[in-house]
Amino acid sequence: MATYKSVETRYLEEREELFRGLRNLDRRSFLKVSAAAVGAAAGLAAPHSFTPVTVAQEEDAASEGPASEGPGGESFRFAYISDSHLYERHVNDRFVRGLLRGVDDVNRLDPQPDFVVYGGDLAQLGQVKELELGAEILKNLKAPLKIMVGEHDWYLDMGQKWQELFGEPTYSFDHKGVHFVVLNSVVEKDFWTDRNLTPMQRMRTVAGLDNGLQSSFTVGEPQRKWLEEDLADLPDDARVIVFSHSPLYKLYKPWNFWTDDAEEVQAILQRFKQVTVIHGHTHQLLTNRIGNIHFHGLLSTAWPWPYAPEGMPELTIEMSRPDPFSATDGCGDGEVQVHPDGLVDKVYSLWNRNPITVSRTYMASMGKQDVPPIPNRPSY
Amino acid sequence: MNQTLTRYHTPCALVGILCLFLIAGLAGCGPETGSRESAPAIATEDDQQPTTPASPELVSETETVDLTSCDGEQTVTVDQSLTGKHLADALMDQWQRDHPGRDWVAEEKQAHAFKPPADNSGLLEGDQGEGQAYGNYTKQDILIWARETEKLVAEGSRIFHSGDELGSTVGVSCDMCHPHASNTHPETYPKFQTQLGRVALLRDMIDWCVENPVRGAHMDLDGPKMRALEAYIMAQRKGVAMDYGKH
Ligand SMILES: [Fe+2]
Ligand SMILES: [Fe+2]
Repeated sequence: MATYKSVETRYLEEREELFRGLRNLDRRSFLKVSAAAVGAAAGLAAPHSFTPVTVAQEEDAASEGPASEGPGGESFRFAYISDSHLYERHVNDRFVRGLLRGVDDVNRLDPQPDFVVYGGDLAQLGQVKELELGAEILKNLKAPLKIMVGEHDWYLDMGQKWQELFGEPTYSFDHKGVHFVVLNSVVEKDFWTDRNLTPMQRMRTVAGLDNGLQSSFTVGEPQRKWLEEDLADLPDDARVIVFSHSPLYKLYKPWNFWTDDAEEVQAILQRFKQVTVIHGHTHQLLTNRIGNIHFHGLLSTAWPWPYAPEGMPELTIEMSRPDPFSATDGCGDGEVQVHPDGLVDKVYSLWNRNPITVSRTYMASMGKQDVPPIPNRPSY
Repeated sequence: MNQTLTRYHTPCALVGILCLFLIAGLAGCGPETGSRESAPAIATEDDQQPTTPASPELVSETETVDLTSCDGEQTVTVDQSLTGKHLADALMDQWQRDHPGRDWVAEEKQAHAFKPPADNSGLLEGDQGEGQAYGNYTKQDILIWARETEKLVAEGSRIFHSGDELGSTVGVSCDMCHPHASNTHPETYPKFQTQLGRVALLRDMIDWCVENPVRGAHMDLDGPKMRALEAYIMAQRKGVAMDYGKH
């Protein structure tokens, strides 16, 4: 007769096994470990959770995109993973499993995406071991990594370790005719010196989404100047995509779903025919359009945030509220299909649900065409 | 089960003495005591101190004096020319520096912006209680209600935002999924919780969350932490219509 094992015992055993596997994490063992992690997570979840759905690619749409508009560049696809909020491995394994699963999802995409963007908040408290663990796991991505910084990565040592691992947080690159810009949008004005906070107290203050003792996110004057110069040589019909951790608009200040100098940044982007901004931080399906600028949020691999109680953008079709009994519901990763006209289809690959695509036609028609599914379990 | 009710030690005797000095200045309030729930300001045997007023003692020929509180725990060196209220202020300043958590309710409110309790000042208008004791309220009553209620909510907010207080083994606190207690919908309980297969109260769900995502120990459903968490979560839904059973 089999020995009875409680949920807790099984959980601890699986956790032990996961960490044993993590100790020597080269690419080959990684594949094994991350597969085990997904299995373990599935075993732990509520009975009505199911295995992740592989996203069906809209290859046809991609190849026959309306090349008449814009400079008519190539169409291509990149993937994303975001907001893993890793603690040190002995503190919390659930968040580690989340990132492993994200990396695994992206590595299984066939064909592989051109690159993977990581949306920030790799660490929970900006600690050396958290960031190193994250870097170690992200190294196993088959496609090249582009990364932005989140507030959880920054405010313990003011970005020292993060920059040591990943370099400058502000940079740009060109890919297949699209100009990509990566910003550090989590610059807060000094609230800690006057209060005499230790680095960890500062970090914990910023780490609390609803902690009102911190200041607001900004891009800040120096980066805005850099941005202007970086974009100066581009024609108005250039294809531009911006990555920032916070949404580059003002949604809900108490949670820093907000960038204080958003208008100034938008003004710099205004002259382009169309711009796409991809942001992390909000851990949810989030869509907005301000004039020529289209905004898309990213899913988290750690936990979903509730929707802001007010000020939701009209174009956002909220995802159904997450099931608390399923540890990964509302989490996920995803893909971005860039079309020749510079507009994007944003795919939210929710782990426990069907993927949801917010298409460029939905954005272009201001929500009249290709409306994403309306949830049957809205927020309270 | 053995919840510690007093987090910040308050030198009651000191407060008493300071009040002697500050009768006019502080309206007899003293510093926020910082005790949880409603710890009565009754001195226990341990707190018994000589009740002689703190008298400035001259310790040197120079132009300063050492001022010691009656419990002997606080000493401050001040200019000899200081008198009366200034002396008391110096001692109070020192006490405040030594007790950084003294304003924890105000600090918690500033950090996490929980909602204020109802304003009952309207009760002071018009006829008072028609001659019966119940309903004869003073401004002080109104203030005490608000302050004591808010204190319980503040305590709930503090626990809600602290993985340590919740006993989390994975560094998770409630606010990590529920900033400002959003998406906790206390107004929908009791309801049939499909995942549990039974009717649940708000406290059942709090306990479930603490045991599962938070990975803490099963809570005492009537314990002080549960009471405080309930208070905070309910307070944050101020103004929302009750709608039990809502899915
Ligand atoms: Fe995040
Ligand atoms: Fe963030």
